[in-house]
Amino acid sequence: MKPADMSLSPDPGHGGAVEIAERVHWIGAFDPWLRNFDLVLRTERGTSYNAYVVRGNRGVAVIDTVKAAFSDEFFRRLESVAQYEEIQAIVLNHLEPDHTGALPELLRRAPNARLYLSARAKPMLKGLLHADSLPVTPVITGDTVDLGGRSLSFLTTPCLHWPDTQCTWLEDAGVLFSGDAFGSHVCDARLFDDAVGDFRRDFDYYFAHLMRPFKAHVREALDLIDPLPIRTLAPAHGPVLRETPQYYLRRYRQLAGPAEQPEGRLKRLHVFYLSAYGSTRAMAGVLAAGAESSGLHVSLHDLETCAPDLLIDLVEEADAIAIGSPTINGDAVKPVWDLLSSLNAIELRGKFGAAFGAFGWSGEAVPLIEERLRGLKLRIPLPGVRARLIPTPEELAACRRLGVELAKHLTGKADHRVIDMATLA
Amino acid sequence: MPKANVTFQDVGITVSVPAGTRLIEVSEKIGAGITYGCREGECCTCLTEVVSGYEHLAAPSVLEDQVLKDNLAPRHHRLACQAQVLKGDVIVKPA
Repeated sequence: MKPADMSLSPDPGHGGAVEIAERVHWIGAFDPWLRNFDLVLRTERGTSYNAYVVRGNRGVAVIDTVKAAFSDEFFRRLESVAQYEEIQAIVLNHLEPDHTGALPELLRRAPNARLYLSARAKPMLKGLLHADSLPVTPVITGDTVDLGGRSLSFLTTPCLHWPDTQCTWLEDAGVLFSGDAFGSHVCDARLFDDAVGDFRRDFDYYFAHLMRPFKAHVREALDLIDPLPIRTLAPAHGPVLRETPQYYLRRYRQLAGPAEQPEGRLKRLHVFYLSAYGSTRAMAGVLAAGAESSGLHVSLHDLETCAPDLLIDLVEEADAIAIGSPTINGDAVKPVWDLLSSLNAIELRGKFGAAFGAFGWSGEAVPLIEERLRGLKLRIPLPGVRARLIPTPEELAACRRLGVELAKHLTGKADHRVIDMATLA
Repeated sequence: MPKANVTFQDVGITVSVPAGTRLIEVSEKIGAGITYGCREGECCTCLTEVVSGYEHLAAPSVLEDQVLKDNLAPRHHRLACQAQVLKGDVIVKPA
């Protein structure tokens, strides 16, 4: 038997829709026992899939749907406030299956509905519905849909947290339907931020896992959203934010803020390494010294004793990282992969990377690290340095040069080079 | 074989390439900041600004043109995984 949970009782609207503003209803579904979301987030408080209905004088708009397994709940709430023939618009702020699971059935039941989604969502929709002729209108910032006496307008807000994401604004009621932005994984039938208790940690945790890799996009979205006279933020997960919507906007601004860059601050390089016999450690040391002598702020970290989740903040603020690993059984060593597999939670584009390491007979670690760093969208302008067993003075000098040259790239002092493609490996 | 010169402005490297080379074939090898996702002209991750020499690139395919439109790409931007350099001097940088 599952434990009693105040989040489940009583069901708001007794299984029907819940009014969140004049002629605007929540028609979502509760998933109280979900304990892991998208394989990467812990959801010890479950979640909700929020969908909404907006009624105008001429028709009705449905904004988002729910995960497929919760379709019955969604349709029950929808039917309590609208008839399918009235549905003129289905707005998809985000196409991920937890918001589009009920879409195929909704399209079947609502014969007069047209889909409104972002231009970048249109090609994704094909992958979702596998149909060629759909009643779809791609929309961008400023486009509107008239529902009779009130209209929805759209804000193109990509990468919150998929390329397709957008927000939908109902001006007369001051409601912003924000998709996954401003959400939290909290399942609580009390539904509103002023009723559900303290969920600040859940709000921040959700940001850290869904929005943090896209901070620049969050800032751009906030520039569009901030001028709106918002009275209610209606996200696709968790509480509807009606009491202090401005608090959540400010909180996103704080969480998405760029790291402080005091004027004159040296560019930062973090050197992470592992070393079984001291060789890769020696290489790390001279690389760091070379970079430091060329004007970088350099920090060395032995991965044998560092927990990767503590290093993410450092990497996020770094301008470059260099990773050193010996090759063991034809591979880089696991703590290196633990670090590298943690880095997709932050924005990395534009940072520089480099790899180095000692090896016994094959030395695959360095190219494997370089490949992963490229996959993470770092720039790798310089070939990595490898040394067999004990680095020679020449190999250590090459490591030092790697640090020096990396510093030149970071400080814009790299020499302009002209090369022939045939010379590239 | 006819050659062309592509300058990757963000890393300060000019590469002499055979006519018909796609930007993707060069940019990663020299560590330029153009990043890739699907590598098949669909995801728009590799959107690249053509600073000069736009006319020296092969015209975009119907598919690339549609992807550029869907992603609201500004003028003189191309997908690095698709754009082929035909001749002359071309300067590019990450969008």
